[in-house]
Amino acid sequence: MTGLTPEPLARPGRFGDFGGRYVPEALIPALEELDEARRKAMVDPEFMGELERLHRTYTGRPSIITEVPRFAAHAGDARIILKREDLNHTGSHKINNVLAQALLTKRMGKTRVIAETGAGQHGVATATAAALMGLDCVIYMGKVDTERQALNVARMRMLGAEVVAVPTGSATLKDAINDALRDWVTNVGDTHYILGTVTGPHPFPEMVRDFHRVIGVEARAQVLDLTGRLPDAVIACVGGGSNAMGIFHRFIDDAEVRLIGVEAGGGGIDSGRHAARFAASSPGVLHGTFSYLMQDDDGQTLESHSISAGLDYPSVGPEHAHLRDTGRAEYRYATDDQAMKAFELLCRTEGIIPAIESAHALAGAMEVGRELGPDALLLVNLSGRGDKDMHTAAEWFGLIDGDATPSGTADEPGAEGDGRTQL
Amino acid sequence: MSATTTGIGVSDVLARCREENRAALVGYLPVGFPSVEGSIEAMVAMVESGVDIVEVGIPYSDPLMDGPVIAYAADQALKRGVRVNDAFAATRAVRDAGAPPLVMSYWNLILRHGPTAFAHDLAAAGGAGIITPDLIPDEGGEWIAASDETGLDRVFLVAPSSTEQRIAAVTAQCRGFVYAVSHMGVTGARTSMGDAAAVIVNRTKAVTDKPVCVGLGVSGGAQAAEVAAYADGVIVGSALVRCLTEADDLAGGIATLRALVAELAEGARSGR
Repeated sequence: MTGLTPEPLARPGRFGDFGGRYVPEALIPALEELDEARRKAMVDPEFMGELERLHRTYTGRPSIITEVPRFAAHAGDARIILKREDLNHTGSHKINNVLAQALLTKRMGKTRVIAETGAGQHGVATATAAALMGLDCVIYMGKVDTERQALNVARMRMLGAEVVAVPTGSATLKDAINDALRDWVTNVGDTHYILGTVTGPHPFPEMVRDFHRVIGVEARAQVLDLTGRLPDAVIACVGGGSNAMGIFHRFIDDAEVRLIGVEAGGGGIDSGRHAARFAASSPGVLHGTFSYLMQDDDGQTLESHSISAGLDYPSVGPEHAHLRDTGRAEYRYATDDQAMKAFELLCRTEGIIPAIESAHALAGAMEVGRELGPDALLLVNLSGRGDKDMHTAAEWFGLIDGDATPSGTADEPGAEGDGRTQL
Repeated sequence: MSATTTGIGVSDVLARCREENRAALVGYLPVGFPSVEGSIEAMVAMVESGVDIVEVGIPYSDPLMDGPVIAYAADQALKRGVRVNDAFAATRAVRDAGAPPLVMSYWNLILRHGPTAFAHDLAAAGGAGIITPDLIPDEGGEWIAASDETGLDRVFLVAPSSTEQRIAAVTAQCRGFVYAVSHMGVTGARTSMGDAAAVIVNRTKAVTDKPVCVGLGVSGGAQAAEVAAYADGVIVGSALVRCLTEADDLAGGIATLRALVAELAEGARSGR
């Protein structure tokens, strides 16, 4: 035996009680390497300069804000401003984090990236960054999700990525993460796992938040510039919670600004078919982190359900759990039905087709607007665009084969019975 | 500081194997496959056929350390209604058959049960300790306290990627043995063990005199002999589970299992 004295064991990456590193020992060195690399990068002018240049010349940052008065007329006449992450290259906020992690991958001397994806947005963003930077790329996607997001599968393959359809378990996002972690533990020598949300083992929740923080930094200045004051509430959808952490973080110290996360209510809480973790779950460990988790009495993960593949996840980022338990942020949910009503409303009133994920935030804004009334100023993160969701929307609203009319505000001459597809 | 051995753990068995100049054979099966009763029958058969220590696996919905064979058996067991508490019945049966049972469980199942309550329930069922594939000692304060209170062994993992500092920190918290992962990857039989396993064992032995057992990839007698040359124990999982998943019925599966255990036990002897 040598005289090596074990160092005291730290517990890094905690948000109150939540967070941590519940992963096999084999991954710990890679997590520590990543933690060190990102800490150095965040204070390295060369790295931050390159990331800023990419965001300006490739992502399209800063993303604009858009005021939506015709939509707001259905939301208690509150003043509503959208942060347009949907206009980013690749169609969502996901690119913010992915470009930064791809740059880190190169700095760590790795040549291959892997990622999980639910809706496909993070997979497309990762495939894009891999193409841009010459990295090999494998995307894990639940088989159910490859079917409901077939267009994004094609996009990833066009970009040169290999897409693996994961058939095990519920064949959705959580199972894609399992397979990505299995790949990572096998190939960690040359591979970086570009985790797409603010969950997983430390340093991912903190790092991914920091790479999305630009959303809130820009939006806060833009709203102040436009209106001369801070919003009464900042509203975002929460699956894993990356777009929400991104827009919330800059506002955390603004005590007068309410932070409101909107989870996926699926078929309703009573149906048991939802992803409203904060409405009906308890703390537990999944995918390396301690947070709120949909689980049974034994601790087995329960399947979540949502019309939105991107929100269909049984756990949530640990910092959200902390913000919730400390009362700094509040969480509500929108059912599939409420989200799709908001989806349609934004299309018809403002000519903006949101991602179904983001439509949950819009549904939340309709509710909050009605509660607060015309004096309220709401900032909503429009985290992605809905092009990828046209198949789901067409089925929901009966837009295919002209055999049904859209619900609610439908006004489509010829939509019924003339055999023309509305797509 | 905690004791390095306790009466109920696996240390006596490992010491006896050392005296007999052979490696211990550690065999893994998940409770609940093909049924709770069937899995217990198979675990007892392993003991009768030459396994020194039984790993009682608890099926988990998201087994990210496991390859296809164990993941399939766990998934089937869950679909057939296996519960965490079934592990205690299996533990009792293994102890009664004469081998110390170590539970192998992903952390959330123990967390949900309550680490202290789990430790007491396991000790009451004759359990020897717990192997925690996704709990590093850094995060294991509650379990370390509960295992000290009950005298249960706690087996943490080291891997080829572990730094010297990590190996020292992890082995300092192990009791019973140190689980050395033979290669970077998930569970599953391999045709060759490669050099990585010997390297990680030697690196571990450089910082601890606790027994070191090697797991991941061992599928037959020749590999068991290879590992027995440098490790205190040979851990076999997927190859044993496959005896049951590929069998037409339980009796046939157990017959295949007995033959494989005998071959592995012979390997664990002949390697020295």
